[in-house]
Amino acid sequence: MRHESETARAGGVAVVPESATLGELLLDNARRVPRAVALREKDLGIWQEYTWRAYLDEVLALAAGLEALGFSEGDALIVLGDNRPRLYFGMLAASVLRGVPVPVFPDAIPDEVRHIVAGCEARFALAEDQEQIDKLLDLRKRTGHLEVLVYDDPRGLGAYPDSGLLAYAAVRARGVERLGVEPELRDALLGRARPGDPAVLLHSSGTTGAPKGIMLAHRQLLAAVRNARACRYFEEGEEIVAYLPMAWVGDFVFSVAAAIALGFTVNIPERQETVLENLQEIAPTLYFAPPRSWDQMLTQVQVRMEEAPFLKRWLYHRLVPVAVEIERARMEGRPASVGRRLLRALGEPVMYGPLKDYLGLSRVRRAYTGGEAVGEDTFLFFRGLGVNLKQIYGQTENSALTSLQGDDEVRLHTVGRPLLGVEVRISDAGEILLRSESLFEGYRNNPEATAKALRDGWFHTGDAGYLDPDGQLVILGRVEEMVQTRGGQRFVAQYVENRLKFSPFIREAAVLGAGRAHLAAMVCIDFDAVGHWAEVRGIPYTSYADLSQKPDVYRLIGDHVRHVNHLLSPELAIRRFVNLHKEFDPDDGELTRTRKLRRQVIEERYGPIIEALYDGQPAVDVEARITYETGETGTIRRRLTLEDVA
Amino acid sequence: MSDAPGRGGVSTADGLVLRCEGVSRSFGGVAALGGVDLTVNRDEIVALVGPNGSGKTTLVNAITGFFPPQRGRIVFDGTDITGWRPHRVARSGIARTFQNLALFRGMSVLDNILLGRHVHMRPGALSTACYWWWARRQEVAHRRVVEEVVDFMQLEAVRNEPVEVIPLGLQKCVELARALVADPKLLILDEPMTGMNQEEKEYMARFVLDAHAERRLPVLMIEHHLDVVTGISNRIVVLYHGEKIAEGAPQDVVRDPRVVSAYLGGVGRDAA
Repeated sequence: MRHESETARAGGVAVVPESATLGELLLDNARRVPRAVALREKDLGIWQEYTWRAYLDEVLALAAGLEALGFSEGDALIVLGDNRPRLYFGMLAASVLRGVPVPVFPDAIPDEVRHIVAGCEARFALAEDQEQIDKLLDLRKRTGHLEVLVYDDPRGLGAYPDSGLLAYAAVRARGVERLGVEPELRDALLGRARPGDPAVLLHSSGTTGAPKGIMLAHRQLLAAVRNARACRYFEEGEEIVAYLPMAWVGDFVFSVAAAIALGFTVNIPERQETVLENLQEIAPTLYFAPPRSWDQMLTQVQVRMEEAPFLKRWLYHRLVPVAVEIERARMEGRPASVGRRLLRALGEPVMYGPLKDYLGLSRVRRAYTGGEAVGEDTFLFFRGLGVNLKQIYGQTENSALTSLQGDDEVRLHTVGRPLLGVEVRISDAGEILLRSESLFEGYRNNPEATAKALRDGWFHTGDAGYLDPDGQLVILGRVEEMVQTRGGQRFVAQYVENRLKFSPFIREAAVLGAGRAHLAAMVCIDFDAVGHWAEVRGIPYTSYADLSQKPDVYRLIGDHVRHVNHLLSPELAIRRFVNLHKEFDPDDGELTRTRKLRRQVIEERYGPIIEALYDGQPAVDVEARITYETGETGTIRRRLTLEDVA
Repeated sequence: MSDAPGRGGVSTADGLVLRCEGVSRSFGGVAALGGVDLTVNRDEIVALVGPNGSGKTTLVNAITGFFPPQRGRIVFDGTDITGWRPHRVARSGIARTFQNLALFRGMSVLDNILLGRHVHMRPGALSTACYWWWARRQEVAHRRVVEEVVDFMQLEAVRNEPVEVIPLGLQKCVELARALVADPKLLILDEPMTGMNQEEKEYMARFVLDAHAERRLPVLMIEHHLDVVTGISNRIVVLYHGEKIAEGAPQDVVRDPRVVSAYLGGVGRDAA
C-alpha cells in the first residue's frame, strides 16, 4: 500500500488507499515529507509548529507510554477538552494500540458523559485541563471506571492527591524511554492496527433518547475521504482550522482522517474565544462552519458596518446588494448585466476583498455548510462576496460525508449530489437510504437500534427527502417529525422552523400543529440582532425577556411570520405565535449539543403556553425553571403576549 | 474550593515573609490604624477583612509605602522596610492590585501587563543603542513571562484590546496579571472581587488559589465580603475601627461574636 500511494502521489494525484490505517498513513507522511508542517497551535501568542515527523514521534511516544500503563487492545480512551494537539496525538495513540478513542463534547452534561463512560467501561481518559479532570474525578467516584487520567495542561493539578493522575509529559517521557531501550517497539506499534479496527467511537447527538455509540473504522473513514476527494471536496495540502468540537464526526474526518490521508496543515486556535481572530491570521483554504456560524459572521459584518464611517457604509450598502443580485441571478440561470458585472469587478478591491480578508476567508477555495438549512440572505451574501460556499449533507453513521453540491450546481434548497461511492435511495415512506463503504457497522451494544437503522445493507437515515429531477438531494426534515394537522395536512415542523430562522431576528423557533387545527409557533428572538434593532429605534429594554415582549418586537417578528406564511401553502400558515422569555438552551435539555430541538422536552416544559396558543387567550403567565452554569436552578415568572397573525 | 491545595498551613518562624508590629497611622485627628500586628507566612493566603473604613487599605498602603506608618515596624523578607518609598517596596518584591483599578487607559491589555515587568527591566540608553540585540533578547524574555501569565489568566482573547473597553471583571484580571509578572515574593490584592458576578468571583478565586499553589506565592488579600475569603484563605485577620479584633482559621473567625457584631452592628441577621 505504501508503495502504491507513493507512486500515485509522485504523479500529482493522491490516491487514498483502499486498505490502510491512519497510523500507516501518518508514517508514510513522516517518511515522505518529514519537515512539512502537520499541525500548528497558537501558544504564548506564537504559532508553534509540529512537522509530520514530530507528529509521528508524539503519537508513538504516547502509545508506548499508554501501553506501559496497561492500555491495550479494546480499551477505550475518553478524550475530553477543546481542540488541542496533544488530544489529537492521544486519539491516534489509542488507535495505534488497537484501542478506541472516545472524544466527548466538553460542554456535555454530566449524565451524558456518565452514560458514555459506563457504556465503554473506560479505564483511561485524556483531558485538556483541571476543569475536565475535575469532571472525570467526579465520574470516577460515581462509576468506578477511569483508573488512569492523563492531563495536558498541568495548571492547578500539582497538589491533587488522587491516584492514577498523570501529566501528558510524564506518559510521553515513559514512552520515549521505552522506545529508546526497545528498538523494535516502534515498528511493532505501527504494525498492530488493522484497517478494520475502530479508529474512533463517536456518539449521536441524541435528538431522541440517550446518545448511541457509533464506531468508525480506519477503512470506513478513509473510504469517506476517498469518496470526497474523488468529488474534489478537498485536495492535498489544504490549510484548515480545527475549532469545531472534537467529538463531532466532521472534526475527526477533516482534522484527523483527511488531514493525514491528504497532508493538510491543521491549525488549532489559541482558545475557543480567539477563533475568529486566529481564523483571520491563518486564512484557511478549506473551511467548514454550520449555518449559524455563517449567520453570526454576517451579523457581525452588518453590526460593524452600521458603526463604520460614512464612506465605508455607503460603499457597503451600494456594493453588497450588487454582488448578492449577481449571485441570485446566477443561481436562477439568468445572466447578469454588464453594468453590474463591472461594478462587481470594481467592488473587489474596495469592499469584497477587504471583507473576506477581515473574516479570514481571503484564501478559501472551498467553504462548506451543513447540518441544517442555511438562510438565503447568508448564503447569497457569502457567495456574492466570492466565497465558494456550498452545502453538504452527511451523518455520523456515514463518516460525515454523503452528498455535496457541485461547483456549477449550487442551489439554496438542495444539498447536492451523492458523492461517488455513495448510493442514495428514497424509500416508499419518503426516507433517505444510504449504502457506502464509509458506512458504520452498527450502534455499539445496541442491536435494537442497529436492526432498525441497518436493513438489507441500507442505512435508514431517518431523514425525509427526495431526489429532484437533476439528481440533487433535497432534505425536508426528520421522518419521525413528519406529522399531520387535524385536517390531515402533512408537514415537517423543522422545515417551517428553518424558514422562520432565516430571519436574522429569530434565533430559534418551535412550530406546533400536530393533531391541531392549525400551525402555531414559539419564537426565541436573537438577542444581539433584535437588541441592536431596538437600540437604533430608541426602544429601551432591560433583559432578553423584557425585549421579547415589546409590542414593536412583536410587530417585527409578526412581519416575518407573515412572509413565511406567504411561502407555505395556506393550510400550513402559522396562525398564532409567541415570543418566548428565554432562549432554548442545551443546559436545560431543550436543545442537543448540536442545537437541534428536543421536541418532547419543549412540549412538556412549555405545555401551558402551547395550550394557551390554541385556546385563543391573549396572554399567558409562565414560570420557567432555568439551570445556571454553576448547576444551580432557579425559576423566573413572566407574562407572555400571544399574537394572532392576520 | 474544598480541594484547594495548600490549605491549613501552619505558621512557622522561618516561614515568615511579612511582619507588621504595632503599625499606627492617623490622618489629622482620625486614627485609621491603632497599633496593628500582622504576619504572613510563605505558605499562606491571609485575608484581611473588616467593614468599610476599618483600616484595611490603610494597612496595605502602610506596607507598600504610600502612607508610611507613624509608629510601628514593617519587616519584609528579613528587611525592615518601614518608611520606604513605594518604588523601593515594589522592587523589593511586593506586588499589589488596587481596589479602584489603576490601569493605563489607552494602552492595550498586553502593554499594561508588560508594565508590571518594569521592576526587572534595566534598559540603559547607551546599552540599548549599542547592544540592540541584547535589548531585543531582554524584550523577548520579558514578553515570554507576560505571555505565560496571559495564558495563566486566560486573557488571550483580549490581549490586544485597549484595556478600557474590556469588562470590569477582566480588568481586575489584568491587574492581577500585571502584579504576577513582577515575580513578586508577596502578592497583595485589594478587594479583587468587587463588582464581580458569582461566576467571575469563582474564576478569580481559582486564579488566586492557583497563583498561590503553583508559584508558591504568599498572598495577603483584602476583602470586604466574608463569604469569599472563607473558602480560599488559610487565616483571616479582622480589623474594626483600626484595631485587630480577631484572627484565626476562617471557620472560627466567622463564628466569633465580636466579628459578627462588628459586621452586623449587633443586629445578627443577613451575614455580610
